[in-house]
Amino acid sequence: MNRTACIMPLLVVAASMGCSRQSGANYSLPKPAASGAAIVESSGGKQTSAVGTQLPQPVVVQVNDDQGNAVTGALVVLRGPNGVFLDPAAGLTDSSGQFTSNVSLGTIPGRYQLTATTTTKAGKNLDLKMEEIGLGYQEMLGSQLNDQYCARCHNQESTPVRVSNYDNLETKPHAFTEGDTLNKMSDADLLAIISHGGPALNKSPLMAPYGYTLSKSEIQALIAYIRMVSDPPYGAPGIVYAQK
Amino acid sequence: MGLALVGRSELKLPAPIEKFRKTFLGNVVQTFAWMSLLLLVLLAIAPAKHFFADWHRYQRGYERLISRRSDAVTLRRHFQPGIQQIWLPEMGVVDRCTTCHSALKETTLVDVTTQPYRYHPPIPHKPEEMGCSICHRGQGTATSVEEAHKSTLAWEEPLLPAKYLESSCGQCHQQDLKGTPQLNLGRKMLGEYGCVHCHTIKRPDGSVITGTDDPPSLAHVADKTSREWIFAWLKDPQAYSTTSTMPNFKLSDDDARDISAFLISSSTPASLKVVQASLDQAKKVKDDAALQTKAASLYGESFCASCHAVQNAAGNLVGGNVGPELTKIGSKAKPEWLQAWVRNPHDYDPPTAMPHYRFNDQEVGLLTGFLMGKADADLLANVHLDAATPDQVAHGKRLVNDYGCAACHEINGVKRPENFAPELTKIGSKPVNQLAFAPGVQHTLYDYIGAKIKQPRAFGQGLKMPQYTFAPTQIDALVNALLSHNERALTIPAAKTVPALPPSHYEPAGKAGQLISDLSCFSCHAINGRGGDMAPDLTWEGSSVQREWLVQFFRNPNTLRPALIRRMPRFNLTDAEINTLTDYILAVYQSSRVDRDSMPLSGFPPAQVEQGKQLYYSKYGCQACHIIDTKQDKGYIGPTLTHVGSRLTSAWVYAWMKDPSALRPGTQEPKRNMSDEDARALTAFLMSQKGGEKQEAKKR
Repeated sequence: MNRTACIMPLLVVAASMGCSRQSGANYSLPKPAASGAAIVESSGGKQTSAVGTQLPQPVVVQVNDDQGNAVTGALVVLRGPNGVFLDPAAGLTDSSGQFTSNVSLGTIPGRYQLTATTTTKAGKNLDLKMEEIGLGYQEMLGSQLNDQYCARCHNQESTPVRVSNYDNLETKPHAFTEGDTLNKMSDADLLAIISHGGPALNKSPLMAPYGYTLSKSEIQALIAYIRMVSDPPYGAPGIVYAQK
Repeated sequence: MGLALVGRSELKLPAPIEKFRKTFLGNVVQTFAWMSLLLLVLLAIAPAKHFFADWHRYQRGYERLISRRSDAVTLRRHFQPGIQQIWLPEMGVVDRCTTCHSALKETTLVDVTTQPYRYHPPIPHKPEEMGCSICHRGQGTATSVEEAHKSTLAWEEPLLPAKYLESSCGQCHQQDLKGTPQLNLGRKMLGEYGCVHCHTIKRPDGSVITGTDDPPSLAHVADKTSREWIFAWLKDPQAYSTTSTMPNFKLSDDDARDISAFLISSSTPASLKVVQASLDQAKKVKDDAALQTKAASLYGESFCASCHAVQNAAGNLVGGNVGPELTKIGSKAKPEWLQAWVRNPHDYDPPTAMPHYRFNDQEVGLLTGFLMGKADADLLANVHLDAATPDQVAHGKRLVNDYGCAACHEINGVKRPENFAPELTKIGSKPVNQLAFAPGVQHTLYDYIGAKIKQPRAFGQGLKMPQYTFAPTQIDALVNALLSHNERALTIPAAKTVPALPPSHYEPAGKAGQLISDLSCFSCHAINGRGGDMAPDLTWEGSSVQREWLVQFFRNPNTLRPALIRRMPRFNLTDAEINTLTDYILAVYQSSRVDRDSMPLSGFPPAQVEQGKQLYYSKYGCQACHIIDTKQDKGYIGPTLTHVGSRLTSAWVYAWMKDPSALRPGTQEPKRNMSDEDARALTAFLMSQKGGEKQEAKKR
């Protein structure tokens, strides 16, 4: 148990690994018709959704043979921490070598590590780890504010309805997932830069101040969201607990 | 004494009891001792029960947990042993949850994930003001785990799963909240999918939720489409259009045949303006590649795609969702109807969201031909209907009544049924024992509602509720919205609630008002709280723009933002119409925040312009989002400002500098708390941007 740091998200995973609910009370694994040599993620990793709700996209993993070709009929077993609901939790890969599952996250905000396992011909288990993020009320509010005010510059990806402004900026903004940079900044620093703009911390004046537009609780919600999605995960500073 | 001895010798007790009597009750002292002990044990039952109670066990666990932490002293000071209670009489809350959930307010316990010791994630309300069961449900007064969280025989309310928690916000908040996307979506869907046409749902303030889907009238349906199409549509509406909000009633072939027969026979002719020249032109489009190109570009230029979607070759829908999908419109609409509709949709359906374009007969023909070409031969290939018999028509009418078709659609000869389906005003607190569950559905209210929406016909024979095609997240959103309509929402004191915004019935007046409804401006623009959100709110447009620019914009609209697709159509308005609209907008849509008199009439001094330029590029970094010098600036977020001096009024620019979100709530541009001097200088600089470069280039 991790006593020195208080990395809540990791604890969520550590404390409750390996006891996910499966759909159906008497669930028996299907018989695999084939086996692969590799398991890779097709899509569905690194998603965010409100706690307890289904992820917007299903999780899709693919089983390949040693040539890199998709394998049909290989057994994939998906596991997750306590409270995660997997529909289905296990199954055979389809004709394109893929296994698809709809995942609903548990009730604790934080990171949820999913493990997809397939077995090779030799009987060895191959694991693929994926991470999903459950947002609590505060982080959810932060994510909505991010969409409205921040994402146009801080998110490099463009969508048809939201063209990114990232490339147009001389000083490049940090994506909120950039944990290497943002984790070093304290909450007070983030509060200052969001409230008073880049120059508050001697950074780019292209970052405008939002302290007169957003309320303090809204800025705190944004910070909570930034902390939640950062990669590597954010470890809150401070409390070191006495040993037993 | 002698009597007693005699009695004892006569009473033959069994051997073990005799032994017991001799050992423990041999003499008075011994008897007293043992009786005292027995009494002690009996007296100990109450404290022992207390000691072994769930909540006591958890409180001891909590004390153990905090004793090992560095801030144990603080935590222990906060901790209050014994049964805790939050009592809020006016809200009807008696919650003892904090007895076990001792750490709700201890932010330093953020790493603890075992219940009941988690701290409560930050939310806008405090437990001592709201209690717990208002949001989480469950039995607040219970002091054992089982009774508090689950529904038992005596208790009705199980805890709400996390995914339905947003419903609790909706008990008091009748307006959309930023932090409750699920609830907002669910509420929107109740109107968009027309749930409220059959089910009455009243908000706690007594207002009724109204549909926003605008189902078409079927009074003249025979003019619009064929019986074959109606048949195919009734059988599977999503086969015609995947985005259709019409649900599938799972009709048999015979039933669909009879309903289509009745609808056609009940239809009366509409007064369609059929222009032969347009029809002839439409026919030509089919075989003429050049005309097809012309028609396609007219479809593009008219920005039909701002509202209507069409499936492209890759199978993706491209276009807006204000109007119906047009991928297979040629298999549905009759050419005579289509050309009349394209000419002026208000003739057929006065309140339609579609604007009246001023197309000439040739253009009407081109568009009609283009749309008739969007047909799917497979759709009606297998539909063969014989002429309808009177029996079939009569049976069709019965079915139309049975299925409540007239709750949504206007149908000749069928009255709109009142309260066709059960009222859902209190659905969120319906007792589980009043529900009939389908096999395989968990016996909770939320599972019932979810299953009912997902597969309504699984709940028994002869049910009328149709089948919708919802994604799981949409169903969760609807369950959230429905759970918020409950007994508690109706009894919470009004002072504690946030009522819904009253619907705006704003109606612009006079000639301009007629034009605004003829052009269906409200389909995209909002004015005074009424209208769509696709395009900018025009409530204060008159304060904002200059007359000349507005006239030009009506003649030839263009987008102001580099990253946005233009969506405003050109309506081919006459000069007189443009004048009427412009006069009205400039006179009526004025904001009191924008003070024209505060700005100099004779322009700004050059020094102030120069100062504004400095501020623009250095202090305020406006180039991050705006383009003013097309050679060096690249900002994609705000509108391009190269011509802003000939578009906006200086008073508006000044007011905008001072507080943008006061003029446009929710705008991305932040308030900068600018000094009056800075705001004036920036206004001076921006007003000097009149698109001069191009004019100079022209001169050369």
